[in-house]
Amino acid sequence: MTKRNSIVSTLVLILPLGLIAFLMLQAMQAHSEETKNKPTEVRVDNFTFGPDTLTVPANTTVTWVNKDDIPHTVASADGVFKSKALDTDDKYSYTFTKAGTYSYFCSIHPKMVGKIVVQ
Amino acid sequence: MSTKRLLDADPSGTIEHDHNNDGIDRRGFLKCMAWAGTGALCVLKGGVLTSRALPSPPGRGTKSLDRGELSFVQISDSHMGFNKPANPDVIATLKAAVDKINALPEPPAFLLHTGDISHLSKPEEFDNVDQILKVTNKEIFFVPGEHDVLNDEGATFRERYAKSSKGQGWQSFDKNGVHFVGLVNVMNLKAGGLGTLGNEQLEWLEDDVRHLKSSTPIVVFAHIPLWTVYPDWGWGTEDSAQALSYLKRFGSVTVLNGHIHQIMQKVEGNVTFHTACSTAFPQPAPGAAEGPGPMKVPADQLRKVLGITDVNYMRGHHALALVDSSLTQTI
Repeated sequence: MTKRNSIVSTLVLILPLGLIAFLMLQAMQAHSEETKNKPTEVRVDNFTFGPDTLTVPANTTVTWVNKDDIPHTVASADGVFKSKALDTDDKYSYTFTKAGTYSYFCSIHPKMVGKIVVQ
Repeated sequence: MSTKRLLDADPSGTIEHDHNNDGIDRRGFLKCMAWAGTGALCVLKGGVLTSRALPSPPGRGTKSLDRGELSFVQISDSHMGFNKPANPDVIATLKAAVDKINALPEPPAFLLHTGDISHLSKPEEFDNVDQILKVTNKEIFFVPGEHDVLNDEGATFRERYAKSSKGQGWQSFDKNGVHFVGLVNVMNLKAGGLGTLGNEQLEWLEDDVRHLKSSTPIVVFAHIPLWTVYPDWGWGTEDSAQALSYLKRFGSVTVLNGHIHQIMQKVEGNVTFHTACSTAFPQPAPGAAEGPGPMKVPADQLRKVLGITDVNYMRGHHALALVDSSLTQTI
């Protein structure tokens, strides 16, 4: 192969690969923006807390958002915190200052349980 | 289903199939539940089913019914304040239930509401229900659902609906020789748990029925089912076995519940358990969806899956007759 042809061949290979890689990166970023929770948020939906275990550093404010079509509450199993009833789109926040594991549940539908791990 | 076909089916009413050796004719029950809402009366007595069809159109003095001493209606889960797609107008469907009650051939002596009167325990929600139910012109006995006790440990509920109750709102009363017990199993719910009655209420119950003759028919009404329908969704009561042990000696016990927004029935010895439809929205059958939340059905189907339960005590029959009918039924 001539030198010119080998350069062209290389470019022909690299350019599309580069383009594909770039597009994949864009897609991945877009996807992860859509689906990842903010690190301090719990989404309440379909009678579940998501994520059901959230780990945060001390002095973090965690926010629960109710996206279900039925009201829920956020109640600490040990009485440390308790929200009022949250209808769809209502939010509740609590700031965790001390390290520890905080189990909580929905006091209306007690089968719904979750945990905040504060490190 | 035509009247003739109903009467043809197993007129002797004996147990056909006792697969589980518990005296429950499950196929007979499935037949019975299919009849529910068509105006058939299923009378249960110790696992034996007999059925009678109500004449159509319904009228007074229905001799084939042999109605006896007491008739009342159970409604449940009105969820006043709910406004999502599953039913954007719970006021209209509650009014339809009231129209139905007022059109019953045998007027009920009173009503039982098995809870979730409101959706968010708001005063205006309770007010709306009161206004609508006033049109029945009947005495109404209420037990709370978990949606009725959201903000104040049930203080508002008790003030409005259970002034003469004990503890967290339990009560008993007698009508025409039948003893009624209203229980509260939606307070102090524990993480991961089911409904709960608690020791204070259980002790009260034991004492309440202690001196009754075993031949006294008992009707227990409470929001969450007193048998384990589906624990994953919290459809059960942790300490109901204790409560039922106090009622074991009675010849006829009927347990009326709500909470699950669908009709389910079970017989265990002399105890008939029955859950009512909601007047607001249906919920999925156990395990049939991700969660027990409101189930959307096509708008023209909604009233078929909402309804009331008409209950009749006929003297001489141990079991109470329960007739479920949807809001589209003419009876």
